[in-house]
Amino acid sequence: MDLYPLWNSLRIAGISTVIIFFFGIFSAYYIAKAPRLVKGILDVVLTLPLVLPPTVVGYILLRLLGPRRPIGALFLELFDLRLTMTWWSSIFATTVVIFPLMYRTARGAFEAFDETLAYSGKSIGLSNAYIFWRIRMPYCRQGILAGTVLAFARALGEYGATSMISGYTPGHTATISTTVYQLWRTDNDALAVKWVLINMAISFVVLLAVNMLERKTHGEIAAKTIKDA
Amino acid sequence: MSVLVDIEKKLGSFHLRAKFEAGDEVLALLGASGCGKSMTLKCIAGIVKPDRGRIVVDDEVLFDSEKKINLTPQERHTGLMFQNYALFPNMNVLENIRAGTRRERKTETRSTREDRVQKVMETFGLLPLARHLPSQLSGGQQQRTALARILVSRPSILLLDEPFSALDSHLRFRLEQKVRDVMEEFGKSVILVSHNRDEVYRLADKIAVMDNGRIVTCGDKKDVFHNPKTRHAAIMTGCKNISKYRMLPDGRIEALDWGLTLQSSQKTSEEGYIGIRMHGIADGEGQTDNVFLFNVLEELENPFSFTIMLQPEGETDTRPLGWELTKEEWHRLRAPKVKVMLSDEELLILEN
Repeated sequence: MDLYPLWNSLRIAGISTVIIFFFGIFSAYYIAKAPRLVKGILDVVLTLPLVLPPTVVGYILLRLLGPRRPIGALFLELFDLRLTMTWWSSIFATTVVIFPLMYRTARGAFEAFDETLAYSGKSIGLSNAYIFWRIRMPYCRQGILAGTVLAFARALGEYGATSMISGYTPGHTATISTTVYQLWRTDNDALAVKWVLINMAISFVVLLAVNMLERKTHGEIAAKTIKDA
Repeated sequence: MSVLVDIEKKLGSFHLRAKFEAGDEVLALLGASGCGKSMTLKCIAGIVKPDRGRIVVDDEVLFDSEKKINLTPQERHTGLMFQNYALFPNMNVLENIRAGTRRERKTETRSTREDRVQKVMETFGLLPLARHLPSQLSGGQQQRTALARILVSRPSILLLDEPFSALDSHLRFRLEQKVRDVMEEFGKSVILVSHNRDEVYRLADKIAVMDNGRIVTCGDKKDVFHNPKTRHAAIMTGCKNISKYRMLPDGRIEALDWGLTLQSSQKTSEEGYIGIRMHGIADGEGQTDNVFLFNVLEELENPFSFTIMLQPEGETDTRPLGWELTKEEWHRLRAPKVKVMLSDEELLILEN
């Protein structure tokens, strides 16, 4: 059994999750502080990929990145680089699709942050960067963690936009989800079931890991309370 | 003057215009919630930017709209304490206090800073709690940690926002004494925000009463309580009996809401408000001026006193007056009708 689709899916999901981790947090942080009107507009625009069919996202991406389309033509001209039909083209698709998950959960977490902590921090002389990384992020840790994991799991399962922008080339652009589709189409049930089970196992492990992480942090606090008392 | 504040800030329909100054003393901003007292503190700390004005602490200009000076909160050295104490929940007591020394991390060695942390923790009795998280502390311990964290950061002014409102009432009294000691030791300006007149009277030297974004009365605490000058200051200092008045041609004062005509030698306007504290009313037996016969509408029993609601004999729809007196006194005077004096000395002549 060729495990290339597993490796390809994991690296696509991993890379897009890393991108979205910073980009989503960054957007969430600044939009949470933005004036109401700006916030309303940006919120709609940035959440759109969540409700659009992935094929529509794929279509829009192809219209922009395709070799005869504005951005795609530019890259071809300047760097002799095709932006579509490579394994990493899928990263465009998954990044756009999972962005709202990270952005919305992170924003929810930031909005729940007790701003008096930041004010007190500033008043005793702590830098804004220190407050962000050492106070705000730990405070919002659970929301951000949840968003990251959700985004990763969603990226792993992305099919519509991915198949449009990267296609399906075995050993090249194949991911788990496009492979399952291809195997089903060609009546290869035995192999399709294997990939289905692999996919379910990964999702299971990811969600289990989150649950354990959360329990661990709670457990630590509880143990500490008992010890100190 | 150690602190001078003269600022204006518009926020929607709310208009803050705060102007006051104080020396190395405790100034209390007394007012109902939403009157702008917390916002004033935030303006001094640099969290809210005033539209115009000037803030000077210890001869250092923190904000000046004309000279375009607006120091960052970090540069201001204002020790701001919130009513929830705002301890960092992911750090223990030691780490919280240590954070207060980070401003000097480039100018002082680690061991110097660590000595300061140890010293302040010792002063506040926090050494046994060093490893506790804020969620494991009682309200009083949280307050001590917050004060320690602020003092170790070397503020040039203390800004305390409702420091006792998060505490159970039986704890307050004890912690008030602790805070009073801290303020005395600190020796520089302290601005205390509160809506509790008793607390303010016990802790402050000077009181500024705020209403709807403006300071309506400001002065020495005894003067403010003795002569609140404005209706709002009278309410905030606990005066429960207030009526509109009108001057009569013969110089007497007609208290319109009470249905009484009073004599006073105090300086009065054509019209305004008149007040008398509940314990300022006295037994009128053997007295002559401002003595009236009242019907007793209701007697309310407090733990250590009575509040008697009174209405002048013959009136039915005037606003009743509350009279507070000791249990013994009321047992002695108790009757369906009582003769009561509203002595001129106790009358508060107020502007709106």
